[in-house]
Amino acid sequence: MQLRLEPRAMPSKWLRYSSPLIALALTLVFGVILFSALGQNPAVALYTFFIRPIGTLYGLSELCIKAAPLLLCAVGLAIGFRGNVWNIGAEGQLTMGAICGGGLALAFYGDEGPWLLPLMIVGGGLGGMAWGAIPAFLKTRFNANEILTSLMLTYVAIQVLGYLVHGPWRDPEGFNFPETRLFGEDALLPVLIEGTRFHFGVVLAVLAAMIGWVFVTRTFAGFQIKVVGQAMAAANYAGYSGNRVVWTGFLIGGGLAGLAGLGEVAGPMGQLNPTISPGYGFAAIIVAFLGRLHPAGVLLASLLMALMYLGGESLQMNLNLPLAITGVFQGTLLFFVLASDVFIRFRVKLVHNVPRTAP
Amino acid sequence: MTSQATNPGPAATPQLELRGIVKQYPGTLANDDIDLTVMPGEVHALLGENGAGKSTLVKIIYGVVQADAGEIHWNGERLNISNPAQARHLGIGMVFQHFNLFDTLTVAENIALCVEDSRDLAKLAEQVSAVSERYGLPIDPRRHVHTLSVGERQRVEIIRCLLQNPKLLIMDEPTSVLTPQEVEVLFQTLRRLAGEGCSILYISHKLDEIKELCERATVLRGGKVTATCDPRRETPKSLAEMMIGSELPVCQNVDGGDRGEVCLEVDGLSLPADDPFGTELTEIHLNIRGGEIVGIAGVAGNGQKELLQALSGEMKATHANDIRIAGTPAGHLPPGHRRGEGLAFVPEERLGRGAVPEMSMSDNTLLTTYQKDMVRSGFIQFDRIDEYCKTVVDDFNVVCAGNHAEARSLSGGNLQKFIIGREILLGPKLLILAHPTWGVDVGAATLIRQAIIDLRNKGTAVLVVSEDLEELFEISDRIAVISNGRLSPARRTGDTDVEEVGRWMAGMFDTAGSGEGHHAA
Repeated sequence: MQLRLEPRAMPSKWLRYSSPLIALALTLVFGVILFSALGQNPAVALYTFFIRPIGTLYGLSELCIKAAPLLLCAVGLAIGFRGNVWNIGAEGQLTMGAICGGGLALAFYGDEGPWLLPLMIVGGGLGGMAWGAIPAFLKTRFNANEILTSLMLTYVAIQVLGYLVHGPWRDPEGFNFPETRLFGEDALLPVLIEGTRFHFGVVLAVLAAMIGWVFVTRTFAGFQIKVVGQAMAAANYAGYSGNRVVWTGFLIGGGLAGLAGLGEVAGPMGQLNPTISPGYGFAAIIVAFLGRLHPAGVLLASLLMALMYLGGESLQMNLNLPLAITGVFQGTLLFFVLASDVFIRFRVKLVHNVPRTAP
Repeated sequence: MTSQATNPGPAATPQLELRGIVKQYPGTLANDDIDLTVMPGEVHALLGENGAGKSTLVKIIYGVVQADAGEIHWNGERLNISNPAQARHLGIGMVFQHFNLFDTLTVAENIALCVEDSRDLAKLAEQVSAVSERYGLPIDPRRHVHTLSVGERQRVEIIRCLLQNPKLLIMDEPTSVLTPQEVEVLFQTLRRLAGEGCSILYISHKLDEIKELCERATVLRGGKVTATCDPRRETPKSLAEMMIGSELPVCQNVDGGDRGEVCLEVDGLSLPADDPFGTELTEIHLNIRGGEIVGIAGVAGNGQKELLQALSGEMKATHANDIRIAGTPAGHLPPGHRRGEGLAFVPEERLGRGAVPEMSMSDNTLLTTYQKDMVRSGFIQFDRIDEYCKTVVDDFNVVCAGNHAEARSLSGGNLQKFIIGREILLGPKLLILAHPTWGVDVGAATLIRQAIIDLRNKGTAVLVVSEDLEELFEISDRIAVISNGRLSPARRTGDTDVEEVGRWMAGMFDTAGSGEGHHAA
């Protein structure tokens, strides 16, 4: 006797779209069990994790500025993932964008004008693109696995950043701390809501999601990516180039991740230091799948993921729970998304007397 | 055939008897209350269109799937067949349409894999030789399977069954991979087996074969038994009516004889095989003019796939001038550019190549029509696509739930009508079709052939690659044969016959001959 998965003839369309919600509900159930096991009142803990962080205007704005880099990275990744371009290195592209954009702020320090910020935005995007171009080139020229190359390049980018902030770019008046000067006023993204840190980068991220939406649903290039992702043989037959999709996926993904990095250093941080991102580039992979690889879904998923970051901090501050809870929740959520997808597309069947298939 | 088989005494026990077999798959009732009786030594035909439930029924007999309801009686005894091993043990052998052989192993090794207690390969090889001699199935047990032709591979499968002394042999569409001459040899073998008392369940939709070979036929339509008859006393017309429920449609082929410009020139195309078991193309020459249908016959695996990929652009030719489309050197052009030159193409695989399974009909329309003003400054013109899609659906009688239906929800025949319609409405100068009616029901096949003929009459050059000789003779103006990566000269259909094409399919032709390559066997 054994269990076997059988494809369903007609997976419910409604369930397919609601599977992230089912996964979220299951994650909450898991949370109740987890907090009970940790000796906490689950209601209080869940309130502290999910509601308390966004109870104020300041909390809401924090949610938005945490969601912005996730959204930027995830929109770019989702476009690539639709075409089976497995860019796992958004974290590295984000770091490289921060280095290039932030480098411009340092280069023109004391010699700036209103032109500097736009230049930095372009520089950040190009930096991320350049870093994404390396795995794209290796994939199209040598058929090197992009999962490995893009992931490994992440660590290279982080080392480059470490070298710069410990060495040549270290703040001369910074008491030897491994960080750069604070950027000048013209090199910072303007704060849009008084009394919060809600900055222009959030608007950029929402704009990117909207353009991404148009790109995937309305343009021929977006259509080609989808065909390559769903049926490579059909793409070859119709005359779509798989290599072009690899390049498109990496350049868009890298560019948006680079923008996310720039948004961090020219936004809340205002300088470069060795840890720019708490893993936004990796969490964005979860966000992309949670959002069904669709820019609108990704927008909602990035808010949820941002809430988890804030919730983890809130638990740490108010209930003395470890920050690692955030990672546990993120992983659990992804697990339940993938699991509910499987059960929506397949059903489990109990098989007696397994027949040998070979005649 | 023996008299014992044709006139079983009233007391004779059926070798196999099915009563009230029901099998429900998600969405379809594949078998609906099916009764079937096969006497010892009887050659029994199971006749029906694709999707009539033939395969499901034999899988139930062979123990691959279990029926939801019904009884199986074997030699008068009621039992359950729960897996193929048990079926083989009972004496049921099955030769599948798609073979289950390992290319890198020898014939004897392949057979050893599924014969119980067969450690002694030398002894087994002897047995194989003995059986192959006795039944007129010549095969060398030491040869590697990848060096065998498709017909020879089928012999290996048959010998594998015969070694187990079967009482019932199931053959699933066995002739689709054989030349006409090989079919004759196969029929002799089957008659001999039946004469020795082995029952044969013969699955096919080819009416003339069934008339020639079988003593009784059970006809299935839509999962139900619609008739049981003696095919020798029926006409192909009456058999077809039982099978499809209406008269066999025929298409109108009036050739005006107007030939236009040369639309496809293949000039000495040679291509090395891209994988170790692929076929190398050698010195292929072919010209097709506008207003002409050229058919390429051949047994599967003789270079059809490679030739089609070289023509579509999915594989690049060695020299740009090896292939010219409407006069333009196209050997190095990618598929999209060749489409720009006026090529339209219908591939062999419908789902996954000709159409994206999980995309809507509209999206699948855009797949190959993007050069027809469906995209403006990078943006998709949805209204134009919907209009085109609707025209295809209306003109080609595609049964689907609308423009938003996913391609995979269509039946094979309807999807094929859609793909062919989509390509034909592009108004191509050159249309290439691979196996256009393979696995398609008779009604759809007739519509497709008629559409191809009508397109020819409008001046398009058409190339049809098919394994169905009947079809090629029906629609082609000229016929060529591909064998082992070489292409025979194309002969006018009226100047050749099945016999000659059959010899060519076995490789007996001379490519150097100037259009009159003519070799006796």
